[in-house]
Amino acid sequence: MYDPTVARLTYRALLGRRRALILGALPLLLIVISVIVRALVGADDQTASDLLGGLALATMVPIIGVIAGTGAIGPEIDDGSVVYLLSKPVKRPTIIFTKLIVAIAVTMVFSALPTLIAGLILNGNGQQIAVAYTVAALVSSIAYAALFLLLGTVSRHAVVFGLVYALVWEALFGSLVAGAKTLSVQQWSLAVAHKVAGGDLVTSDVSLPTATVLLVVVTVLATWYAGQKLRSLTLAGEE
Amino acid sequence: MTTLQIDHVSRWFGNVVAVNDITMTIGPGVTGLLGPNGAGKSTLINMMGGFLAPSTGTVTLDGQQVWRNEEIYKHIGIVPEREAMYDFLTGREFVVANAELHGLGAKAAQKALATVEMEYAQDRKISTYSKGMRQRVKMASALVHDPSLLLLDEPFNGMDPRQRMQLMDLLRRMGDEGRTVLFSSHILEEVEQLAWHIEVVVAGRHAASGDFRRIRRLMTDRPHRYLVRSSDDRALAAALIADPSTSGIEVDLAEGALRVQAVDFGRFTTLLPKVARDHGIRLLTVSPSDESLESVFSYLVAA
Repeated sequence: MYDPTVARLTYRALLGRRRALILGALPLLLIVISVIVRALVGADDQTASDLLGGLALATMVPIIGVIAGTGAIGPEIDDGSVVYLLSKPVKRPTIIFTKLIVAIAVTMVFSALPTLIAGLILNGNGQQIAVAYTVAALVSSIAYAALFLLLGTVSRHAVVFGLVYALVWEALFGSLVAGAKTLSVQQWSLAVAHKVAGGDLVTSDVSLPTATVLLVVVTVLATWYAGQKLRSLTLAGEE
Repeated sequence: MTTLQIDHVSRWFGNVVAVNDITMTIGPGVTGLLGPNGAGKSTLINMMGGFLAPSTGTVTLDGQQVWRNEEIYKHIGIVPEREAMYDFLTGREFVVANAELHGLGAKAAQKALATVEMEYAQDRKISTYSKGMRQRVKMASALVHDPSLLLLDEPFNGMDPRQRMQLMDLLRRMGDEGRTVLFSSHILEEVEQLAWHIEVVVAGRHAASGDFRRIRRLMTDRPHRYLVRSSDDRALAAALIADPSTSGIEVDLAEGALRVQAVDFGRFTTLLPKVARDHGIRLLTVSPSDESLESVFSYLVAA
C-alpha cells in the first residue's frame, strides 16, 4: 500500500522551495506570539487554552493541512507531471495512500510540534493543556490531510476551496454556529483533547464516540474516494 | 509482437467531437500519426495511453483493455508532450524514480540514460535542461522498463536539427528491434523521414492509412498554387501558360501579382526560373499560397 518512491517524490515536492517557507511561517508566528504572551501575561492556563484553541487548532492546523494535503497531489495534476506516476504498474490507491501518509506526516510536523512547543512556552503544560492540544492537532492532521488530498485530486482550485473551508467553516462557523460544530474536524479533535486534558479548559460540542466515528469515517471515505478519482483521472491534451 | 488495436473509438468533450469513430491497428515498427494541430492526435494518444476514456469504442493492447488497467504499463512507455516533469530532481534521480516505480533499480535507469546519451548531464537539475535534453530524459524514463510499445506525443517539438536527428535514429532503432513505436506530428517531413507506416487524422477523423509513399503521392498529386511577382507579370504569364505543367494563371491586379496553378509540381518548379531567365524577366516573389498543412490535408480528405 505504501510506495517509497512516490513518498520520496511527494516529500521533495512538498518541502522544496516556496512551499516549505509558507509551511514554516505559521508555526514560527505561533511560537513568537506565545513567547510574547508569556512575557506579557505570564503563565496563565486560560490564556494558553485560548491561544492554542483559537490560533493553533482553529487556524494554523487547517491551513497547514490545506498546504500539505492539496500540495501533495494538486500541483502534479495541474502541470501534468502526474503522468509519470500514472503510467506505471502502481495501483492508484497505493499512490493516494502514500501521498496521504506524507501529507499527514508533514501536517503533523508543521502543526502538532509547534503546538506542543507553544503550549510548553505558554504555561509549561499546566493542566495538560499543551499535550491535549498537541493530541488534537495530531488527530485533526490526519482528517485534514485526507480531506484536502481528496480536494487536490478532484479540483484545480483546491487551495482556494481548502482555505475557504479552513478559515470560514472551521475557524468561523465551527467556533460560532452550533450546527456546524458537529461537522467540524476541529470540534472532533477537541473532543479527543478534552479526554486528554480532563477539566473544563478544553471542551468540545461533540461527544468522544461521535467524534471518533466521524474522524475515522471521513478519513477513510476521503482516501477511498480520492483513489477512485485517480483511477479515472483524465489527462486532457493541450489541444 | 505487440499490436495496439483502436476499435471504433470516439471521444467527445461536451458538444465537441475530438475523435470521430476511428479504427486502426498499430503493429511493430515505426508508425507516424500525422495531422494538423487540433486534429485530435493528442486526444487519440491519450486514449492509447490509458489517460482518457473513449466515449465509445475500445483501445486494447494485445487484447488487453488499456483504460483503467495499471498492469498494462509494464508494456507501454510514454513520452508526453507536456513539459512538466519534477524539475527539482536531477535527470538521474528522475529516471531512477521512474525505474523504481516499475520495480527496477538504478542499473536499468543508467542503461536508459546511456541509450539517450544523457549521462553527461544526468547530475544536473532538470530545471536547467534545454528542451532537447528534457525530451531525451523523458525518453529515458519511457524506455527504462524496456517496453514493447512506445507512445510519443509530438516528440520533435522545439528540438534543434541535431537533437531531432538523434531522436529519429533512436526511434528507428527501436522500430528495427521489433518494438511498436507510435509518434504524433503535424510536420509532414518528420513523418516522411521516420515512419514506415502512417495514419492521418484530420478533424477527428481517420483520413488515410498506409504506406508513406502512397499517401505522399496523394498529397503531391494535386494542383499547387503559387503567388508570383515579377518585373513583367503579363509576359511571364504568357510564357508559363504555354507549358503543360500549368493549368491556369490569373493576373491579380489588386495584389500586383500572378496567381499560378501548377498541375505538375516538379516540372513547374524547374520551369519557372528557366522561363524567367529566357525572357529576361526578374522574379521578385515566388511563394506557395496553399502549402499550409490544413490545405494539404483537405486534399487528402477529398481523395
